[in-house]
Amino acid sequence: MVFPKVLAVAVLALCPPAWTQSPTYKLGRSPTAEEIRSQDIAISPTGKELPAGQGTAKEGATLYVRKGCAGCHGATGSGAHAPTLISRKGPQTATAVPCLAPCVNDSNTMGVHSPFATTIWDYINRGMPLGKEGSLTPNEVYALTAFLLYKNDIIKKDELMDARSLPKVKMPNRDGAALPPEWKHGTPRLQGYP
Amino acid sequence: MNYSKRNRRGFLKNTAALASLAAGGAELTKAQTPGTPAKRVDELIAYGERSRYVNSIRVPVSERHSPDEFGLTFHVLTPLQDSVGIITPSSLHYTATHRGAIVPDIDPREHRLMIHGMVDRPLVFTMDELRRLPYVSRIHFIECLGNRARPMHKTVQETHGLTSCAEWTGVPLSLLLKEAGVQAEASWIVAEGAEEVKGASSIPLAKAMDDCIVCYAQNGEPIRPQQGFPLRLMVPGFEGIYQIKYLRRIKVVDRYYMTYDDYGHINPDAKVAALTHQIGPKSVITFPSGGQQLSGAGFYEISGLAWSGAAAVGGVEVSTDGGANWQKAELRSPALSMAHARFGFHWNWDGKECVLMSRCTDELGTVQPTRAEIAKYWNEPVEKVRVRGADNSVQPWRIASDGSVHNGLS
Repeated sequence: MVFPKVLAVAVLALCPPAWTQSPTYKLGRSPTAEEIRSQDIAISPTGKELPAGQGTAKEGATLYVRKGCAGCHGATGSGAHAPTLISRKGPQTATAVPCLAPCVNDSNTMGVHSPFATTIWDYINRGMPLGKEGSLTPNEVYALTAFLLYKNDIIKKDELMDARSLPKVKMPNRDGAALPPEWKHGTPRLQGYP
Repeated sequence: MNYSKRNRRGFLKNTAALASLAAGGAELTKAQTPGTPAKRVDELIAYGERSRYVNSIRVPVSERHSPDEFGLTFHVLTPLQDSVGIITPSSLHYTATHRGAIVPDIDPREHRLMIHGMVDRPLVFTMDELRRLPYVSRIHFIECLGNRARPMHKTVQETHGLTSCAEWTGVPLSLLLKEAGVQAEASWIVAEGAEEVKGASSIPLAKAMDDCIVCYAQNGEPIRPQQGFPLRLMVPGFEGIYQIKYLRRIKVVDRYYMTYDDYGHINPDAKVAALTHQIGPKSVITFPSGGQQLSGAGFYEISGLAWSGAAAVGGVEVSTDGGANWQKAELRSPALSMAHARFGFHWNWDGKECVLMSRCTDELGTVQPTRAEIAKYWNEPVEKVRVRGADNSVQPWRIASDGSVHNGLS
């Protein structure tokens, strides 16, 4: 019975590593659903963590002033102390405009460089406004995200952003984004470089 | 939970307590050498400090103000010109903070690490629980992707000071993930800090299960606040932004999450994208280096550091003629995986102008490139070459005939 054995080995080799297993040390406790919900602020490109709520660029324009965004980012979204929120036109060349960190590539603003609008929602929600991070309501974050998308000519002024529409926004860099390659232990970062 | 506000109050209270202790503390007088500033006995006993004649310090990155206009966002360089061996003292370890962040003051008794997402058993750990688990101590470097030499830089602190190396101690991340039971469809994790802007990065699950460590100690004591107290994720060999400080949460997921800290890594060119995560083989001569002065012709021991984000250092070569000839340097420290290694090279300077260089080959056989080799790869003239991703190009130091040392890029 050689065949079944070979087959079994082949099937085993194809299986993903068996990381699921039973606990050994049994330390730590189970978080409550509310604990998880309150900290679960990383928003997938699919938008599955996005909360209920909605907003438009029109509402966002008012909030942009009322929440103090304009004070740091400038009345028009650029030209002030904080990084510009409005993209430059044309190809990305030099880092003339301060990029919204990390300045890994010669990236422009998040609005242009991020292939998903969820990145903008995620960051406004977790990191803004300065000194009151995490204080915005979901409606406010949707509205401010819509405002930035509108100011970068990505959506229309009256387009409603919510958990459904936001992940579907076609970002300018949606197809221009190579992800990091699959990581493997003990491999160079790029074969043949230089 | 607002860490900063509550802990600012806590900080004020502690400062007041220390002041009252100092007022009642005993004065030391007799046992002092003449001229030594008075110190209290309890201070001398409690926590040692370096000689007042030793003044090696960190400096801020020149291109970006530390702090920025908002009093936040520090980028501070390690004084590599004074370094010996491979361990960076914790006080001199480079530090960089997220935009909009400053060092949070976190009470470890209240700090928690939550692991959730695509796991069978979401878990919350206290610091005490983490310390009860089996741990490892490993020596690893951390290097910021912004660590790139520019012609305007004068010293090795400016050209290469955004790398440091320390002993890191903590629980293997794989152990914690196995306790939680990672589901078969999972492929990435998102790790997140507790500072103001909750810095978060996507990390491949394969890396997380391989060698990442949830660290609570650095160089034999609790991690310094600037380095992530009380908990920091060590992702060996990956650039600094992945080494999540103030680690509060790990979410196991099935895709790249494209967080704020992630999106800068992506690039239309897959080759560029590949060069921005893991650090390539790299080295730099720390003596003699820019701004230092040789006192005349004769013997000098060239000293430097080499490292790679993929493996251990396999070997280092030194050139004393601007890259025309390369000779093998000696390793003067253990060559540990994804750690700084110290190399030395005997050199008799003839007193004539020359250019010193070093290049690292890691255990995989990958060789640190010169800028000319990088220019050739991208098909650009060398004087205009833009080094994509993490810059691991060879650093030249020009020795003038008067013994002064200068950045060879200028």
